[in-house]
Amino acid sequence: MPEALFEVGLNIGLAHYLSLAAMLFTIGVFGIFLNRKNVIVILMCIELMLLSVNINFVAFSVHLGDLTGQVFSLFILTVAAAEAAIGLAILVVFFRTKGSIAVEDISSLKG
Amino acid sequence: MIASLAFYLFAGIVLLSAIMVITARNPVHSVLFLILSFFNAAGLFIILGAEFIAMILVIVYVGAVAVLFLFVVMMLDISFTDLRKGAMQYVPVGLLVGGVLLVELIVMVVGWQVADKASDNMASPIPDANDITNTEALGRVLYTDYVFAFQVSGLILLVAMIGAIVLTHRKRPGVRKQNIVAQQNRTQADAMEIQKVTPGTGV
Repeated sequence: MPEALFEVGLNIGLAHYLSLAAMLFTIGVFGIFLNRKNVIVILMCIELMLLSVNINFVAFSVHLGDLTGQVFSLFILTVAAAEAAIGLAILVVFFRTKGSIAVEDISSLKG
Repeated sequence: MIASLAFYLFAGIVLLSAIMVITARNPVHSVLFLILSFFNAAGLFIILGAEFIAMILVIVYVGAVAVLFLFVVMMLDISFTDLRKGAMQYVPVGLLVGGVLLVELIVMVVGWQVADKASDNMASPIPDANDITNTEALGRVLYTDYVFAFQVSGLILLVAMIGAIVLTHRKRPGVRKQNIVAQQNRTQADAMEIQKVTPGTGV
Protein backbone atom coordinates (compact mmCIF):
# COMPACT_ATOMS: atom_id res chain seq x y z
CA MET A 1 0.00 0.00 0.00
CA PRO A 2 2.74 2.55 0.75
CA GLU A 3 4.29 1.78 -2.64
CA ALA A 4 0.98 2.54 -4.35
CA LEU A 5 0.78 5.83 -2.46
CA PHE A 6 4.36 6.59 -3.52
CA GLU A 7 3.39 5.95 -7.14
CA VAL A 8 0.44 8.34 -6.82
CA GLY A 9 2.72 10.91 -5.24
CA LEU A 10 5.29 10.64 -8.00
CA ASN A 11 3.03 10.70 -11.06
CA ILE A 12 1.43 14.12 -11.06
CA GLY A 13 -1.96 13.86 -12.72
CA LEU A 14 -5.16 15.81 -13.08
CA ALA A 15 -6.30 14.92 -9.55
CA HIS A 16 -3.27 16.67 -8.02
CA TYR A 17 -4.08 19.94 -9.76
CA LEU A 18 -7.78 19.65 -8.93
CA SER A 19 -6.98 19.04 -5.25
CA LEU A 20 -4.63 22.03 -5.20
CA ALA A 21 -7.33 24.23 -6.78
CA ALA A 22 -9.91 22.95 -4.27
CA MET A 23 -7.63 23.82 -1.35
CA LEU A 24 -6.85 27.25 -2.80
CA PHE A 25 -10.58 27.96 -3.30
CA THR A 26 -11.30 26.89 0.28
CA ILE A 27 -8.56 29.19 1.59
CA GLY A 28 -10.18 32.03 -0.38
CA VAL A 29 -13.63 31.32 1.10
CA PHE A 30 -12.19 31.04 4.61
CA GLY A 31 -10.31 34.30 4.13
CA ILE A 32 -13.58 36.14 3.45
CA PHE A 33 -14.88 34.96 6.84
CA LEU A 34 -11.62 35.72 8.61
CA ASN A 35 -11.26 39.27 7.22
CA ARG A 36 -14.91 40.16 6.98
CA LYS A 37 -14.30 43.80 7.97
CA ASN A 38 -11.46 44.55 5.59
CA VAL A 39 -12.68 45.01 2.02
CA ILE A 40 -9.17 45.06 0.55
CA VAL A 41 -8.35 41.58 1.85
CA ILE A 42 -11.78 40.34 0.72
CA LEU A 43 -10.92 41.50 -2.81
CA MET A 44 -7.60 39.65 -2.54
CA CYS A 45 -9.48 36.50 -1.46
CA ILE A 46 -11.65 36.81 -4.57
CA GLU A 47 -8.46 37.00 -6.66
CA LEU A 48 -7.23 33.80 -4.98
CA MET A 49 -10.51 32.04 -5.81
CA LEU A 50 -10.28 33.18 -9.44
CA LEU A 51 -6.71 31.86 -9.55
CA SER A 52 -7.91 28.45 -8.38
CA VAL A 53 -10.55 28.44 -11.13
CA ASN A 54 -7.79 29.27 -13.62
CA ILE A 55 -5.71 26.35 -12.37
CA ASN A 56 -8.73 24.07 -12.91
CA PHE A 57 -9.27 25.36 -16.44
CA VAL A 58 -5.64 24.97 -17.50
CA ALA A 59 -5.31 21.52 -15.87
CA PHE A 60 -8.41 20.25 -17.68
CA SER A 61 -7.24 21.86 -20.92
CA VAL A 62 -3.90 20.03 -20.79
CA HIS A 63 -5.46 16.77 -19.60
CA LEU A 64 -8.08 16.67 -22.36
CA GLY A 65 -5.73 18.07 -25.02
CA ASP A 66 -8.12 20.92 -25.84
CA LEU A 67 -6.94 24.54 -26.11
CA THR A 68 -10.35 26.00 -25.24
CA GLY A 69 -9.66 25.83 -21.51
CA GLN A 70 -6.63 28.09 -21.89
CA VAL A 71 -8.63 30.55 -24.01
CA PHE A 72 -11.27 30.69 -21.27
CA SER A 73 -8.68 31.25 -18.59
CA LEU A 74 -7.50 34.30 -20.59
CA PHE A 75 -11.04 35.69 -20.44
CA ILE A 76 -11.17 35.01 -16.69
CA LEU A 77 -7.96 37.01 -16.32
CA THR A 78 -9.58 39.90 -18.21
CA VAL A 79 -12.68 39.88 -16.03
CA ALA A 80 -10.55 39.60 -12.86
CA ALA A 81 -8.51 42.63 -13.85
CA ALA A 82 -11.65 44.66 -14.62
CA GLU A 83 -13.23 43.57 -11.34
CA ALA A 84 -10.16 44.57 -9.32
CA ALA A 85 -10.00 47.99 -10.99
CA ILE A 86 -13.69 48.78 -10.42
CA GLY A 87 -13.68 47.35 -6.88
CA LEU A 88 -10.69 49.40 -5.81
CA ALA A 89 -12.13 52.53 -7.46
CA ILE A 90 -15.37 52.08 -5.48
CA LEU A 91 -13.26 51.52 -2.36
CA VAL A 92 -11.35 54.78 -2.88
CA VAL A 93 -14.59 56.76 -3.43
CA PHE A 94 -16.15 55.15 -0.35
CA PHE A 95 -13.10 55.98 1.76
CA ARG A 96 -13.32 59.62 0.64
CA THR A 97 -16.92 59.96 1.78
CA LYS A 98 -16.91 57.82 4.94
CA GLY A 99 -13.29 57.85 6.06
CA SER A 100 -13.25 54.11 6.69
CA ILE A 101 -13.45 50.86 4.72
CA ALA A 102 -15.24 48.71 7.30
CA VAL A 103 -17.85 46.47 5.71
CA GLU A 104 -20.60 47.30 8.22
CA ASP A 105 -20.38 51.02 7.31
CA ILE A 106 -21.12 50.15 3.68
CA SER A 107 -24.67 49.11 4.58
CA SER A 108 -25.39 52.80 5.27
CA LEU A 109 -25.25 53.35 1.48
CA LYS A 110 -28.56 51.56 0.90
CA GLY A 111 -31.45 53.81 0.07
CA MET B 1 10.82 13.03 -11.02
CA ILE B 2 12.06 16.62 -11.27
CA ALA B 3 8.65 17.71 -12.58
CA SER B 4 6.79 16.11 -9.69
CA LEU B 5 9.19 17.63 -7.14
CA ALA B 6 8.72 21.02 -8.81
CA PHE B 7 4.95 20.52 -8.65
CA TYR B 8 5.07 19.90 -4.89
CA LEU B 9 7.40 22.85 -4.36
CA PHE B 10 5.25 25.29 -6.35
CA ALA B 11 1.96 23.94 -4.98
CA GLY B 12 3.24 24.10 -1.41
CA ILE B 13 4.40 27.70 -1.78
CA VAL B 14 1.09 28.65 -3.44
CA LEU B 15 -0.91 27.22 -0.54
CA LEU B 16 1.36 28.61 2.19
CA SER B 17 1.42 32.10 0.71
CA ALA B 18 -2.37 31.96 0.21
CA ILE B 19 -2.71 31.20 3.93
CA MET B 20 -0.37 34.11 4.70
CA VAL B 21 -2.51 36.40 2.48
CA ILE B 22 -5.57 35.83 4.64
CA THR B 23 -3.81 35.79 8.02
CA ALA B 24 -1.21 38.58 7.68
CA ARG B 25 -1.84 41.52 10.04
CA ASN B 26 -0.54 44.11 7.62
CA PRO B 27 -2.35 44.32 4.23
CA VAL B 28 0.92 45.31 2.53
CA HIS B 29 2.28 41.90 3.53
CA SER B 30 -0.94 40.34 2.23
CA VAL B 31 -0.36 41.92 -1.18
CA LEU B 32 3.27 40.77 -1.25
CA PHE B 33 2.25 37.19 -0.41
CA LEU B 34 -0.43 37.41 -3.11
CA ILE B 35 2.35 38.27 -5.59
CA LEU B 36 4.40 35.26 -4.39
CA SER B 37 1.38 33.02 -4.79
CA PHE B 38 0.78 34.22 -8.36
CA PHE B 39 4.43 33.73 -9.29
CA ASN B 40 4.30 30.11 -8.12
CA ALA B 41 0.99 29.52 -9.89
CA ALA B 42 2.76 30.72 -13.05
CA GLY B 43 5.41 28.08 -12.34
CA LEU B 44 2.68 25.44 -12.13
CA PHE B 45 1.29 26.56 -15.49
CA ILE B 46 4.75 26.24 -17.04
CA ILE B 47 4.96 22.64 -15.73
CA LEU B 48 1.58 22.00 -17.37
CA GLY B 49 2.87 23.38 -20.68
CA ALA B 50 0.71 26.53 -20.80
CA GLU B 51 3.53 29.06 -21.10
CA PHE B 52 1.44 31.89 -22.49
CA ILE B 53 -1.05 31.81 -19.60
CA ALA B 54 1.88 31.67 -17.17
CA MET B 55 3.51 34.78 -18.63
CA ILE B 56 0.17 36.63 -18.83
CA LEU B 57 -0.43 35.73 -15.18
CA VAL B 58 2.86 37.36 -14.22
CA ILE B 59 2.32 40.42 -16.41
CA VAL B 60 -1.35 41.07 -15.62
CA TYR B 61 -1.55 39.99 -12.00
CA VAL B 62 1.87 40.88 -10.66
CA GLY B 63 2.44 43.81 -12.97
CA ALA B 64 -0.98 45.43 -12.85
CA VAL B 65 -3.46 44.06 -10.33
CA ALA B 66 -1.08 43.54 -7.40
CA VAL B 67 0.53 46.94 -7.93
CA LEU B 68 -2.98 48.46 -8.01
CA PHE B 69 -3.72 46.78 -4.67
CA LEU B 70 -0.42 48.04 -3.28
CA PHE B 71 -1.20 51.60 -4.38
CA VAL B 72 -4.65 51.55 -2.78
CA VAL B 73 -3.40 49.98 0.48
CA MET B 74 -0.71 52.62 0.80
CA MET B 75 -2.91 55.50 -0.37
CA LEU B 76 -5.73 54.93 2.12
CA ASP B 77 -4.79 55.93 5.64
CA ILE B 78 -6.55 53.22 7.62
CA SER B 79 -5.99 51.77 11.07
CA PHE B 80 -5.91 48.12 10.15
CA THR B 81 -5.78 46.92 13.76
CA ASP B 82 -9.33 48.24 14.29
CA LEU B 83 -10.48 46.26 11.26
CA ARG B 84 -9.22 43.02 12.78
CA LYS B 85 -11.16 43.44 16.02
CA GLY B 86 -13.77 40.73 16.45
CA ALA B 87 -12.42 38.74 13.51
CA MET B 88 -12.01 35.61 15.62
CA GLN B 89 -15.77 35.58 16.24
CA TYR B 90 -16.42 34.29 12.72
CA VAL B 91 -13.63 31.70 12.58
CA PRO B 92 -15.87 28.72 13.57
CA VAL B 93 -18.45 29.56 10.89
CA GLY B 94 -15.69 30.08 8.34
CA LEU B 95 -14.03 26.78 9.24
CA LEU B 96 -17.39 25.01 8.99
CA VAL B 97 -18.24 26.46 5.57
CA GLY B 98 -14.68 26.03 4.27
CA GLY B 99 -14.45 22.46 5.58
CA VAL B 100 -17.77 21.44 4.03
CA LEU B 101 -16.70 23.01 0.73
CA LEU B 102 -13.30 21.29 0.79
CA VAL B 103 -14.82 17.87 1.58
CA GLU B 104 -17.34 18.26 -1.23
CA LEU B 105 -14.67 19.28 -3.73
CA ILE B 106 -12.33 16.45 -2.71
CA VAL B 107 -15.16 13.88 -2.91
CA MET B 108 -15.97 15.16 -6.37
CA VAL B 109 -12.33 15.05 -7.52
CA VAL B 110 -11.81 11.49 -6.20
CA GLY B 111 -15.03 10.00 -7.55
CA TRP B 112 -14.91 11.68 -10.94
CA GLN B 113 -13.89 10.19 -14.29
CA VAL B 114 -13.53 11.55 -17.81
CA ALA B 115 -16.33 10.29 -20.05
CA ASP B 116 -15.18 8.04 -22.88
CA LYS B 117 -16.61 10.30 -25.54
CA ALA B 118 -15.00 13.47 -24.13
CA SER B 119 -12.08 13.18 -26.54
CA ASP B 120 -14.48 13.16 -29.51
CA ASN B 121 -15.96 16.52 -28.56
CA MET B 122 -12.80 18.60 -28.67
CA ALA B 123 -13.33 22.13 -29.95
CA SER B 124 -9.68 22.91 -30.70
CA PRO B 125 -7.13 20.14 -30.06
CA ILE B 126 -3.67 21.15 -28.82
CA PRO B 127 -1.23 20.78 -31.74
CA ASP B 128 2.11 18.99 -31.34
CA ALA B 129 4.43 21.17 -29.26
CA ASN B 130 7.32 20.42 -31.64
CA ASP B 131 5.54 22.00 -34.62
CA ILE B 132 4.03 25.11 -33.08
CA THR B 133 4.49 26.97 -29.81
CA ASN B 134 1.77 27.28 -27.21
CA THR B 135 1.46 31.03 -27.84
CA GLU B 136 1.01 30.62 -31.58
CA ALA B 137 -1.53 27.82 -31.16
CA LEU B 138 -3.49 29.93 -28.68
CA GLY B 139 -3.40 32.92 -31.01
CA ARG B 140 -4.68 30.86 -33.94
CA VAL B 141 -7.69 29.77 -31.87
CA LEU B 142 -8.27 33.10 -30.13
CA TYR B 143 -8.31 35.26 -33.27
CA THR B 144 -10.52 32.92 -35.31
CA ASP B 145 -13.00 30.85 -33.32
CA TYR B 146 -13.20 33.17 -30.31
CA VAL B 147 -12.75 36.55 -31.97
CA PHE B 148 -16.17 37.77 -30.81
CA ALA B 149 -15.47 36.84 -27.18
CA PHE B 150 -12.05 38.47 -27.55
CA GLN B 151 -13.61 41.75 -28.72
CA VAL B 152 -16.17 41.63 -25.91
CA SER B 153 -13.41 41.16 -23.34
CA GLY B 154 -11.69 44.22 -24.81
CA LEU B 155 -14.94 46.15 -24.35
CA ILE B 156 -15.16 44.95 -20.74
CA LEU B 157 -11.69 46.34 -20.09
CA LEU B 158 -12.62 49.64 -21.77
CA VAL B 159 -15.77 49.98 -19.66
CA ALA B 160 -13.80 49.11 -16.52
CA MET B 161 -11.21 51.74 -17.34
CA ILE B 162 -13.79 54.45 -18.04
CA GLY B 163 -15.75 53.42 -14.92
CA ALA B 164 -12.70 53.61 -12.68
CA ILE B 165 -11.77 57.05 -14.04
CA VAL B 166 -15.35 58.39 -13.72
CA LEU B 167 -15.68 57.02 -10.17
CA THR B 168 -12.43 58.40 -8.82
CA HIS B 169 -12.32 61.67 -10.77
CA ARG B 170 -13.39 64.69 -8.73
CA LYS B 171 -13.63 68.39 -9.38
CA ARG B 172 -11.53 70.22 -6.84
CA PRO B 173 -12.54 73.80 -6.00
CA GLY B 174 -9.87 76.47 -6.23
CA VAL B 175 -7.84 74.82 -8.98
CA ARG B 176 -7.40 77.06 -12.03
CA LYS B 177 -7.24 75.18 -15.30
CA GLN B 178 -7.20 76.25 -18.94
CA ASN B 179 -10.78 76.60 -20.25
CA ILE B 180 -10.41 76.24 -24.00
CA VAL B 181 -14.08 76.90 -24.84
CA ALA B 182 -14.03 80.18 -22.94
CA GLN B 183 -10.79 81.16 -24.63
CA GLN B 184 -12.13 80.43 -28.10
CA ASN B 185 -15.40 82.27 -27.49
CA ARG B 186 -13.74 85.51 -26.41
CA THR B 187 -14.44 88.31 -28.85
CA GLN B 188 -12.84 91.65 -29.22
CA ALA B 189 -16.01 93.31 -27.94
CA ASP B 190 -15.91 91.74 -24.46
CA ALA B 191 -12.15 91.65 -24.21
CA MET B 192 -11.31 95.32 -24.72
CA GLU B 193 -12.86 98.70 -25.06
CA ILE B 194 -11.52 101.96 -26.42
CA GLN B 195 -11.92 105.08 -24.30
CA LYS B 196 -11.27 108.62 -25.22
CA VAL B 197 -9.09 110.08 -22.50
CA THR B 198 -9.18 113.80 -22.41
CA PRO B 199 -5.88 115.32 -21.28
CA GLY B 200 -5.71 116.32 -17.60
CA THR B 201 -8.82 114.42 -16.37
CA GLY B 202 -7.91 110.74 -16.50
CA VAL B 203 -10.34 107.85 -16.97
